[in-house]
Amino acid sequence: MGGVTPTHLKLSLIDWLLYLQQIALFDQKKRIYSENKLVFAPWYFLLPAIAFFLVYVIIPIFQSVWISFYEWDGLGEAQWVGLANYIELFDDEYFYTSLKNNCIWLILYLFAVPIGLFIALFLNQIVFGIRFYKSLFFFPFVISQVVVGLIFAWFYNPNFGLLAYIFLSLGLEPIAILSDEELVTYGIIFAGLWPQIAYCMILYLTGLSNVSKDLMEAARLDGAKGLKMLWYVVLPQLRPATFISVVVTVIGALRSFDMVAIMTEGGPYGSSNVLAYYMYETALSEYGFRLGYGSAIATVLFFIMLIYISYFLWRLYKNEREV
Amino acid sequence: MYTKIKLILISLLSVILISSASFARDLVITFDDMNPGPKAAFENAIAKFQKENPDINVIANNGDREEHKAAIRNFLIADAPDVTSWYPGNRMRPFVKAGLFEDVSDVWDENNFHEDLAAIKPTMTIGGRQWGVPYSYYQWGVYYRKDIFDKLGLFEPNTWVQFKYICETLKKNGIAPITIGTRYLWTAAGVFDYINLRTNGYKVHNDLTAGKIKYTDPRIRKTFEYWAELVNAGYFIENHASMAWQDAVVPFANGEAAMYVMGNFSVDAYKNAGLTYDQIDFFKFPEITKDMPRAEEAPADAFFIPTNAKNKRDAKKWLAFVARPDVQSEWNKTIGQLPINSKAKVADDKFITEGFETLNTAVGLAQFYDRDAIPEMAAAGMEGFQEFMMKPDRLDKILKRLDKIQSKVYK
Repeated sequence: MGGVTPTHLKLSLIDWLLYLQQIALFDQKKRIYSENKLVFAPWYFLLPAIAFFLVYVIIPIFQSVWISFYEWDGLGEAQWVGLANYIELFDDEYFYTSLKNNCIWLILYLFAVPIGLFIALFLNQIVFGIRFYKSLFFFPFVISQVVVGLIFAWFYNPNFGLLAYIFLSLGLEPIAILSDEELVTYGIIFAGLWPQIAYCMILYLTGLSNVSKDLMEAARLDGAKGLKMLWYVVLPQLRPATFISVVVTVIGALRSFDMVAIMTEGGPYGSSNVLAYYMYETALSEYGFRLGYGSAIATVLFFIMLIYISYFLWRLYKNEREV
Repeated sequence: MYTKIKLILISLLSVILISSASFARDLVITFDDMNPGPKAAFENAIAKFQKENPDINVIANNGDREEHKAAIRNFLIADAPDVTSWYPGNRMRPFVKAGLFEDVSDVWDENNFHEDLAAIKPTMTIGGRQWGVPYSYYQWGVYYRKDIFDKLGLFEPNTWVQFKYICETLKKNGIAPITIGTRYLWTAAGVFDYINLRTNGYKVHNDLTAGKIKYTDPRIRKTFEYWAELVNAGYFIENHASMAWQDAVVPFANGEAAMYVMGNFSVDAYKNAGLTYDQIDFFKFPEITKDMPRAEEAPADAFFIPTNAKNKRDAKKWLAFVARPDVQSEWNKTIGQLPINSKAKVADDKFITEGFETLNTAVGLAQFYDRDAIPEMAAAGMEGFQEFMMKPDRLDKILKRLDKIQSKVYK
């Protein structure tokens, strides 16, 4: 494992330290330092963060990619297998099931953004007790995802769940949503949307409090109202809130691990698996002794996330340049 | 006030110093069952061991079973105890292969365990050496509601035809014949193991879990055909994929279901659910292929010494201790299971005595699918079993997938 640290990172750090030392040894060190104070100062403050970010985020990414080229049970000797893990991955039904579910997650989870906006608009009024209602809507985001998962698992339970009683009272046979391969993913996403909508709502609420009153007034004088007002006047001003909501929701959808783990453990027979959980299952769970294969899944997931996030960052960058 | 605290501190310190001087040798034992029975049995054994060996300072850590499973890979490498509980068969194989478990064949030689623990010896052996010492095992079979059987005039079945007749009768009377909760998958493996053992016998079953026979083999397909007879006729309880094994006890307890293919640890759950001993009984899984020698499922629990243990000498003492007839009798009486040592006494309990008879007359003992098959295969296999129980018409696809995984994970 020792050889996995990318050497160029190490080197550049050492070079940099040597460079600092040289500066220190230099006769006119004081002058150089005082002249460049503004250049050095930020780095002192950044250094601890950079160090931890390197150790806990950047280096593990490279390690994980590296391990994906090995067959390793986490105990014995790792064996170099090249691209074999990836070849196996692209011939693995479970992988495609997980990938498909990830896509469903991505699409449906984004509904949290418009619904959150709608609720935020609805709550953005001054009536008696509005704070109380706001806090009620925000409540699902406060409780832990694990608890949300548990509550929904009970809610869906065909034997004693609330949903079963609703079905029975309508004279219908209760459906075991969490053990139906077709419905299970939608069931989990629905549970996941509950806190996510609350999150988007809070982002929009803060955004709405910053909407310029003057602009609204001016638009009103020009005869704008209703949807037109929303689309052309309010929404453009909410752009930062929209951006953050979309990014947070997309990332939330891609790493949707906790809900799956709590509600179904990927079941029935793997049909509600997502990449993050499948990775855990193959590499770290009770029967998971395939760290190389798990790392290959992690790498694929990483690149999917990377593409998405870079696309959004690029959009952000472009927007800012336009303004 | 302060002087009082100081005094207490000083006396505490001196006690620690003195005790560590006299108990020079620490023995750290890690155990993994917090359920009341097993916990008590473990603690009693520790107390007895401590009394017999006053020169050893036993430090016992008992934790949750699932956490133990998750942590063992880490602690075997980083911070190994002197003794740890774990499971034989393929569950110990990765650790044995990685050199993380100590070879304890000498304990077996010195204590005549090769004879006394013969029942479980094969599953404790890899490469001709023994890697741990078992302290308990239990039978699997069919637990049933005797009161319901009596009411409908049913008897314990010996053959597959009789078994299916019972299922049909129960179903006609509005009772789910077999309860099961497959949410956590392994319960389905119990059913598979039994149907396969009864259809093809011990050797074929062993060859399958050892990766020597394919899942698409006609013999294995035959097993699934028998299983499909039960599935297609609707003999398993509905919604089984939403239930854990404990949830599946509920319909059994309130009379909505009449049979349960389970291990003997479940008797405790039946009793806790309000059933009395008169209401429940046990029969061996019925014969399918005529005159097929009867093999049984009998998972064992064992103790192992990590290679990185500090005090191996005393750890071996503990291993020898837990396999002693008197210790095993006592321990298994407390937890309601069977001692492995053939010289130990069996508790006076109808399920235990019947289990003892069942296992002692069997030609072979399987450990359970997820211990006989290697972990990667077990995970995929059990998922396949669950899928089959819900979509039996996908059998071909499932078997082909299992073949594919089998060819990859068995090296």
